[in-house]
Amino acid sequence: MSFLEIRDLYKTIGGVNILKGIDIELDKGGFLVLVGPSGCGKSTLLNTVAGLTDVTRGEVVIDGEVVNDLHPSKRDIAMVFQSYALYPNMTVEGNIAFALEMRGVPKADRDEAVKAAAKTLQIEHLLKRRPSQLSGGQRQRVAMGRALVRKPRVFLFDEPLSNLDAKLRVEMRAEIKRLHRDTGATIVYVTHDQIEAMTMATKIAVMKEGVVQQVGTPDEIYRMPSNLFVADFMGSPAMNLLEGRIAGGDGTARIQLTRNGDTPVELAVPPTVRETALRDGQPVILGIRPEAITDTGLTDPRAKAVSIVHAPVDLVEPTGSDTFVVTQLAGKEVTARVRSDVAAKAGETFEFAFNLDRAVVFDPATTERLR
Amino acid sequence: MSTATASVSPGSARAARFVIYGLLLLFAFIYLLPFFVMLVTSLKPLAEIRSGNMLALPQSPSLDAWAKAWGTACIGVDCSGIKGYFWNSIRMVVPAVAISTILGALNGYVLTKWRFPGHKLVFGMMLFACFIPFQAVLIPMARVLGIIGLANTTSGLILVHVVYGLGFTTLFFRNYYEAFPDELIKAAQIDGAGFFRIFWRILLPSSGPIIVVTVIYQFTNIWNDFLFGVSFASGGGAPMTVALNNLVSSSTGVKEYNVDMAAAMFAALPTLIVYVVAGRYFVRGLMAGAVKG
Repeated sequence: MSFLEIRDLYKTIGGVNILKGIDIELDKGGFLVLVGPSGCGKSTLLNTVAGLTDVTRGEVVIDGEVVNDLHPSKRDIAMVFQSYALYPNMTVEGNIAFALEMRGVPKADRDEAVKAAAKTLQIEHLLKRRPSQLSGGQRQRVAMGRALVRKPRVFLFDEPLSNLDAKLRVEMRAEIKRLHRDTGATIVYVTHDQIEAMTMATKIAVMKEGVVQQVGTPDEIYRMPSNLFVADFMGSPAMNLLEGRIAGGDGTARIQLTRNGDTPVELAVPPTVRETALRDGQPVILGIRPEAITDTGLTDPRAKAVSIVHAPVDLVEPTGSDTFVVTQLAGKEVTARVRSDVAAKAGETFEFAFNLDRAVVFDPATTERLR
Repeated sequence: MSTATASVSPGSARAARFVIYGLLLLFAFIYLLPFFVMLVTSLKPLAEIRSGNMLALPQSPSLDAWAKAWGTACIGVDCSGIKGYFWNSIRMVVPAVAISTILGALNGYVLTKWRFPGHKLVFGMMLFACFIPFQAVLIPMARVLGIIGLANTTSGLILVHVVYGLGFTTLFFRNYYEAFPDELIKAAQIDGAGFFRIFWRILLPSSGPIIVVTVIYQFTNIWNDFLFGVSFASGGGAPMTVALNNLVSSSTGVKEYNVDMAAAMFAALPTLIVYVVAGRYFVRGLMAGAVKG
């Protein structure tokens, strides 16, 4: 029995379909991240869960109760906004206690709850200050304290880290994750940053143009993207997507990547696709993450389908921990991740090991993954 | 020396400053001169005024004329000074300013944070009200006041000023609240605050500058209004401006310039005090409304 359910949700604003039949479920204590490019409807979806936006069709269910017609304050949810939305005229204490005050909680209980929340977030020394006297990170904490103090059934976060600088963002990311672990809260989190999604979520929903493209654990989304959009959107550097076609069949099928005027590169068919799904001569797109293309020394010894490819090095990008080597295959740039101590020079031929256990195959016509 | 400062030598910069300050002082002098004449005339006895020099300081300043203007000057047949009319004006201006400001704030709140279909049209029509000349509404207004039984009363005058001021106060507050983040309203809704609670606890405490602007604007306009006062309230219920006119333009007996000037000072004093007390917020508030963020 899932705790939060979004059933067949539609939202139309001014004749434009913003959400087109969203179905997502989340268990109690789960951390759902809605991720997608701007304009994909993820914030609208969050607002419908919060009750700040009416739905055109469909249901939002929290803990078995349809909350469509409940006022935001009656849904027992708390929301952290991108701009933090702290009340400028109140102290930090007043901000955190406001929701309790509106619910008629006695002053003594309020103070105690505020203290507890402030302690969790280490903002006890800031309680008497006003929002204008706080730094970005401190405001962020107060905004979380305001949500935390209510002990709501569901926490909603609307891009809460996008106003922070890079270093603080990483810190707060870990903090939110720790908070989730310690409180066991159910969280829905909106972001356009796929790294935030990967690091925090127990469940990710990738959205595009009002449609959920894929729902799954970060691992599933990363390893088994269900279509080209998800494959391209998640992961940095992005997944290599190579056009090719199937050659042969009946247990001997190979994937051929055409090379301009050169002998085609042949790769084994990844085990993620059944051979019966493939025809001889069928055009396909092979998706393979940079870390699955390595130098031969780094190949996973347990990998079953490995293909070796010799190709000229185009560009070498050392990052310190690893080195990204860029080459050209099938008319496209291909990024490989090799050990930083491997000598690879631009212009020289390099021996790449393709670990096809970790590759996926897409149908270029439908953009769906072949399975 | 850099090229940017080389084009203006220190000498010519100083000369330019002299010109600027000189002109400012000149205009300030011209602007303050009538006020000075009013003040010294009100402090002189009648004989000294008749002897000629308008700009001369009083030889023996006295507040006799002020006392007479306030307590015993004759306006029409009634010789009890302007004090009654002064209080008439206060009784009119305080409720009118308070009501029009509160309603303007509520209008602004609804027009920005609780938008409804056609909110632009409603705002457009309210703005239009700002541009209707006073004279155009006199007769319809008199008719309406007669029908609802408020003709020739202070309440009627308050109603007229509230209705006429609403366009301006709504404009002020709408533009101010337009820049107020919507997320704050959403957060308050989730926190469980209702329509009036959000207005009272979140919006109003953040509206200090615009309240000051609106109050000064409305106070000055309503206090200084003559046309509505003379049209809709006469006799004992007339406001200060009307009484002042009656005092100054009465043609019987000797023309007491010192009493006229003292009465005019009384009429100008409240707006002067409001400016001195809240003037610096006025400029600040106008800026806050104009610049977003």
